[in-house]
Amino acid sequence: MDVLGNYKSAISARSTDKDILKKSQDGGIITTLFAYALEEGIIDGAIVAGPGDEPWKPEPMVVTTKAELLASAGTRYTISPNLSLIKEATRSYGLDRVGIVGTPCQIQAVRKAQLYPIGMRDVDDKIALALGIFCMENLSYQALEAIVEDHCNQKMESIKKMDIGKGKFTVYTERGAVSQMPLKLIHKYVQPGCNVCLDYVANLADISSGSVGSPDGWSTVFVRSTKGNAVWDGAIAAGCFETKPIDQVKPGLDLVTKLATEKITKNQKNVDARKTVGLKADGTPKGLRNPYESP
Amino acid sequence: MPGTTPGRRPEAKPAATQPQGKPAVKPSDVIVNEKVEVVQKEEKPVAEKITIGELHLSGCTGCLVTLADNYEGLFKLLDDYADLVYALTLVDVRHVPEMDVCLVEGSCCLNDKISVEELKEAREKSKVLVAYGGCAAYGNITRFCRGGQWNQPGQEAFVPISEVVDVDLYIPSCPPCPQEVRNVAVMAYLLLKGNEEQKNLATAYLTPLMQLAQRGNEACGCDLMYDVINQGLCMGCGTCAGTCPVRAVTMEYGKPNVNRDLCIKCGACYAQCPRSWFNFDVMNNYEGIMDAIKGAMQ
Repeated sequence: MDVLGNYKSAISARSTDKDILKKSQDGGIITTLFAYALEEGIIDGAIVAGPGDEPWKPEPMVVTTKAELLASAGTRYTISPNLSLIKEATRSYGLDRVGIVGTPCQIQAVRKAQLYPIGMRDVDDKIALALGIFCMENLSYQALEAIVEDHCNQKMESIKKMDIGKGKFTVYTERGAVSQMPLKLIHKYVQPGCNVCLDYVANLADISSGSVGSPDGWSTVFVRSTKGNAVWDGAIAAGCFETKPIDQVKPGLDLVTKLATEKITKNQKNVDARKTVGLKADGTPKGLRNPYESP
Repeated sequence: MPGTTPGRRPEAKPAATQPQGKPAVKPSDVIVNEKVEVVQKEEKPVAEKITIGELHLSGCTGCLVTLADNYEGLFKLLDDYADLVYALTLVDVRHVPEMDVCLVEGSCCLNDKISVEELKEAREKSKVLVAYGGCAAYGNITRFCRGGQWNQPGQEAFVPISEVVDVDLYIPSCPPCPQEVRNVAVMAYLLLKGNEEQKNLATAYLTPLMQLAQRGNEACGCDLMYDVINQGLCMGCGTCAGTCPVRAVTMEYGKPNVNRDLCIKCGACYAQCPRSWFNFDVMNNYEGIMDAIKGAMQ
């Protein structure tokens, strides 16, 4: 499998729903797909990053209506442990067909929960739609606070939108101020677990999406699984999206491939470096645990 | 099983085909002995079923019920893939028979001679010995037993079965998950009776569960600290919190927080964590494997 994973098609797309586009980060792909899937009964509900009790702190949430979906639209650059609700969604919420959105690592967790359902009773066949979002790395909430408040010098509660693109981390405030910092400077805040991640574009999702590769306001979409393909075709037929062939947009798949290669190469080096980080008494290297080899 | 005669019946002696040297560290260790048999049977196109038994030690029967929680899936398993040759209430067999796969439920009470004997007998007579559920694998709540309980106040020493016998494979959690034991049963069938390609798949699938058995018999929510966060591997997906059967794990600011007073030491959180192990060779093929298992169960 190459760095972009298996996919049936790659498209540049934008939602046709004006309400969603007002709230969405880029093309509104995830929100629109879930809205469509809810409407069609493909899913009974979806686990998304809902609003939390602190500004820009997401809280995993099971949503069953479009209004709730809209309240959860847009990217928050911090951790939303969506998998924490995956069993709960099939119990307390009684969902038979669960949608879930997640970063690549979270989608990996979904697939492990399906293939090795060790503590995930009656979950494996209830995952109806797993949507992945592109992810370079993630930040703890405290790290996000440090970036916004210390580096960008804005209050968390005054921020209207946060965005990463073109090498910058940008915040827009309610009153119209724009603050930026170079993306390079946020690396020290990245949570350590991201440094061993070998997936950029959610290779194991049914459909994955992110802004990279498409023009502003549009998103790049990879349709991957048979299930994902059926949902995507249905959504297109229902007029949910405007699309452009990916090879006719700038910067296109080349940039996605470049960033994916960079991330995976760097992190594979980190994984390898862990093997020789320490020293045994006999002078040979002592390693840390490698999750890709054994538990 | 309480109430059975201690010791071994003469006719139940291990046959001439003594199980291979233990412990089996990799799935391939289990295959080796089978090869001869597979070659002999090549002219028979219909593969035979494997034999599975459940040995009930100090457990609550939740693991056994979990097997039945596959509902019609259990019948399919028994029709096509496995004969259940030994199990409390489900099979009318008193003494531990020879079997391919033995699922052991419950921890082993060292104060109960019969438990120790039957566990050893199960080890002798099975090709693959599985610690089935949290108690057998890690002790689970029996880790907290200090004796003095009616009606056997003298029984206070309970250990994970790997303290007494070598264990090949772990299926942790309390209770274990019906779909997981189904997957392991199907994979064990493919491993022992399948063609080369199926054997490779089963080997890849079962390897991490066998490595889990090698890792040790102590589990706790603390594993999330020691072996994931302390190792710099946690990315805050929330799987552990979603998995924990007693809701001892919550996510605080994107990282698990374990209420250790609630933790029953079943091992589910760590085993389910995508950063305890993540085998790309299996996971990248998730669609095919899930379709295959679904197909096998229809």
